[in-house]
Amino acid sequence: METRHLIKRAKYKTTAKGSGIPGVLEMTKNKIVFKPNDPTSVTMINVDFRSIKGHKNTKEGSSNPPLINLVLDQGGSYIFEFENFSDLQVCREFVVNSLAKSGEGLIATSDRPVVASHDEQLSTAEMELRMKLLQENSELQKLHKQFVLGNILTESEFWATRKKLLDGDSSQKSKQQIGFKSSMILDTLPLHDARTNKLTFNLTQETKYQIFALKPAVQQAFLNLVPNKMTEKDFWTKYCRAELLHFKRNAMAAAAEAAEDEDLVIFLKDDDILASEARRKIRRVDPTLDIEADQGDDYMHLPDHGIFRDGSKEITESQHEVYRRTFLQDLNRQGEVVLEGRTIDVELDNPTKVAEALAQSRQESDATAKEERLYRTSRMTEMEDLQAPHDHPFAPLCIKDPRDYFDSQQANALKTYDDTRAGTEQLSCSLNTEEAYGFLRSSISEIKAMGLSAHMVRPEVALTVINGLTQNISSTKYQLGKNVNESVLDRLPNTTKEELLHHWISIQELLRHFWSSYPITTSYLYAKTEGSHVKNLSAARGNKGIGSLRAPPAGFPPRSSYASGSRCCFPTLRVGFAEENGKGWREAKWICLGEVYELHVYSRY
Amino acid sequence: MASAPSKLYADDVSLLVVLLDTNPFFWSSFSLPFSKFLSHVLSFLNSILLLNQFNQVVVIATGCNSCDYIYDSSSATNTDAESGRMPALCSDLLRKLDEFVTRDQHLGEKDSLGPPTSSLLSGSLSMALCYIQKVFRSGPLHPQPRILCLQGSTDGPEQYVAIMNAIFSAQRSMVPIDSCFMGSNNSAFLQQASYITGGVYQKPQQLDGLFQYLSTVFATDLHSRTFLRLPKSVGVDFRASCFCHKRTIDMGYICSVCLSIFCKHHKKCSTCGSVFGQPQSDVPSASNVK
Repeated sequence: METRHLIKRAKYKTTAKGSGIPGVLEMTKNKIVFKPNDPTSVTMINVDFRSIKGHKNTKEGSSNPPLINLVLDQGGSYIFEFENFSDLQVCREFVVNSLAKSGEGLIATSDRPVVASHDEQLSTAEMELRMKLLQENSELQKLHKQFVLGNILTESEFWATRKKLLDGDSSQKSKQQIGFKSSMILDTLPLHDARTNKLTFNLTQETKYQIFALKPAVQQAFLNLVPNKMTEKDFWTKYCRAELLHFKRNAMAAAAEAAEDEDLVIFLKDDDILASEARRKIRRVDPTLDIEADQGDDYMHLPDHGIFRDGSKEITESQHEVYRRTFLQDLNRQGEVVLEGRTIDVELDNPTKVAEALAQSRQESDATAKEERLYRTSRMTEMEDLQAPHDHPFAPLCIKDPRDYFDSQQANALKTYDDTRAGTEQLSCSLNTEEAYGFLRSSISEIKAMGLSAHMVRPEVALTVINGLTQNISSTKYQLGKNVNESVLDRLPNTTKEELLHHWISIQELLRHFWSSYPITTSYLYAKTEGSHVKNLSAARGNKGIGSLRAPPAGFPPRSSYASGSRCCFPTLRVGFAEENGKGWREAKWICLGEVYELHVYSRY
Repeated sequence: MASAPSKLYADDVSLLVVLLDTNPFFWSSFSLPFSKFLSHVLSFLNSILLLNQFNQVVVIATGCNSCDYIYDSSSATNTDAESGRMPALCSDLLRKLDEFVTRDQHLGEKDSLGPPTSSLLSGSLSMALCYIQKVFRSGPLHPQPRILCLQGSTDGPEQYVAIMNAIFSAQRSMVPIDSCFMGSNNSAFLQQASYITGGVYQKPQQLDGLFQYLSTVFATDLHSRTFLRLPKSVGVDFRASCFCHKRTIDMGYICSVCLSIFCKHHKKCSTCGSVFGQPQSDVPSASNVK
């Protein structure tokens, strides 16, 4: 049983290293209250467990004093130092329980402490994950309720077999890459200092990465020039000057500057790498068609679309064409890079490394593109008559006896086609109206006079009828499992079916624990198999009397490697726990009363 | 009856409404004599009443020109002394049936249209549903109702709409329609009725063992059906009748507004008045009618 109330001496600390304020820490079901020994002190804590997100604590045996750190929801934390580690341990248990309770009533309703047999350190995040899993999976919740709350398995044992669930979920959460920013970095305006008439460009590591990604030529130049020919600072200054020239959209000035400084040319000219990339893309277009690639990919060839960044239309200056760059080109390039996303996974601190990584990733993508193209070509150019026919996954329409569907209305159909003929037919095959009614009345008076006969149905006829009616039922025994689409379970009433499935799942769960205890190496495992679980297996079947487990065959437990599996005779149930039924398997039969229950358990030496 | 304590109205107490086909043209040409058929049915009704003292049986005769209640076990009077050969139920029912047949014949004589060949199943279904509604509204305690059609004559396509309406209202009030069809071919109407309402459709192969069929299949109350496996029908004929000529059709035209069914293209829907355009190509916009 958990304690509902807890009082310990402790010191409240703002940091782990400080001396702290001595006082009394009091924990109740949903509150933590700290009162300092010094009544004049203003430090007094009174918080709800709900506002606490998690906790950390120091381990016994480490050089640290016994500390517990309660992390608050809104940020910040409380650190308490205890007198000894046993106090800390008790406190920690209490916090874990209380957190679980305030988070969700599900697990906390258990009377046993959440952490039981093993020295398992459960973080709040883990608890939350477990509770989330239980909430999402009603079947799991049912099992949990039955076994953990029913004191058959402990919490940790229950989850030990579901490590995959726990792991899979946490790994899913962590890895999410931040995409490429979609805002145009080229739009970042320089800060203008009027006094010194200086422009200050502010380049962060992120911006540098973005520039590299957007402009392969700049990246290439960076690799070539820095640090052999110039310093990094010089490089960026030059780059910024080039940007400024573009920004002022002065093609003449740009041309003049370029003539003076040969390094500046790379920044001012169209990105050759981009252009060749676009050309290469067109070359790569496969024999059929790829709409993705287009000669106008970069809008290079469409001078009419040259709109500058402030929206004004360009004035054609043919001789300086190389130094013109239009807004649409920039925009398209930006869009392309954003869609590509982050292709590298390195720290952004070192521009050189970033540039190198980018270059490498470009080569890689080239290689994959080539491969893909080869594959596509081979697929598209295959000779049809040399290929095996494609197998379409279809099932032929199978109507057992079409007459059952369509013959019933034949009489009507015939009749309506020719009313008069049908009318005469009707009359010819029977009597006229008066005679017919007369016949009916005579039948009634006949039975009135005769009364009910004692032998209404002859025994042989009755037997034939019963056989005919039950043939469907008795034949299922022989067709069991032969039809994939139809299982015996579907024929059972829904409640029975669900009950059956639930029993199966619980038995499977217990068996999993049972067999996972082999080989029995510790007394704990021995107790687990001998004491509780075998009995629990029979307990699990409930009061419906499904069956009991036979003792394991002689020679158990297996000496070395072990494996286990089970199989059920339901076609739908065969999945799940079943492994293989090959040679060297020892069979322990789990025969259940009732016709349809039969479960075989195999284990291998 | 309504004052019976609630626990007596357990979920296995049934109200069985039997629709008896009394089509003279069918019975006069059928292999099983009508008297034989009646003896099987009467024994079946007796056994239903014996199964549970609160079970209730109502019999409606389905004639060619009219339908009528011919027996109701809740209002049966034991004034007729049992004649030794026959229980009061039977003599009462047979007397009413005789009267009904006479009346039905007179009604038919007034019509100059020649002999009708199909029974008025739609009428008797509606009467059964009305009776069941009356029982439903009598109070919170009532037996579990179900309808059993003992039909022999072929379907009347002209009753298609009425029958389908009856079927859907039965489905809505959760009343299963069981059908035992004795004619030579299967009845599409009854197949659909049983399929839609969750009842049982059965076509007895051995007609001299009819009682065995009735007591094995159709005597099971709704409670027992949850855990018994009644025979399943192989397939259901879902074909409909067109609204214009009352013909049974495989393919047809459907009004996109009111879902009326027609066997050929019309300019205007006769039911809701919607005006149709011409079919676009030579491939008619025919849709398969289920």
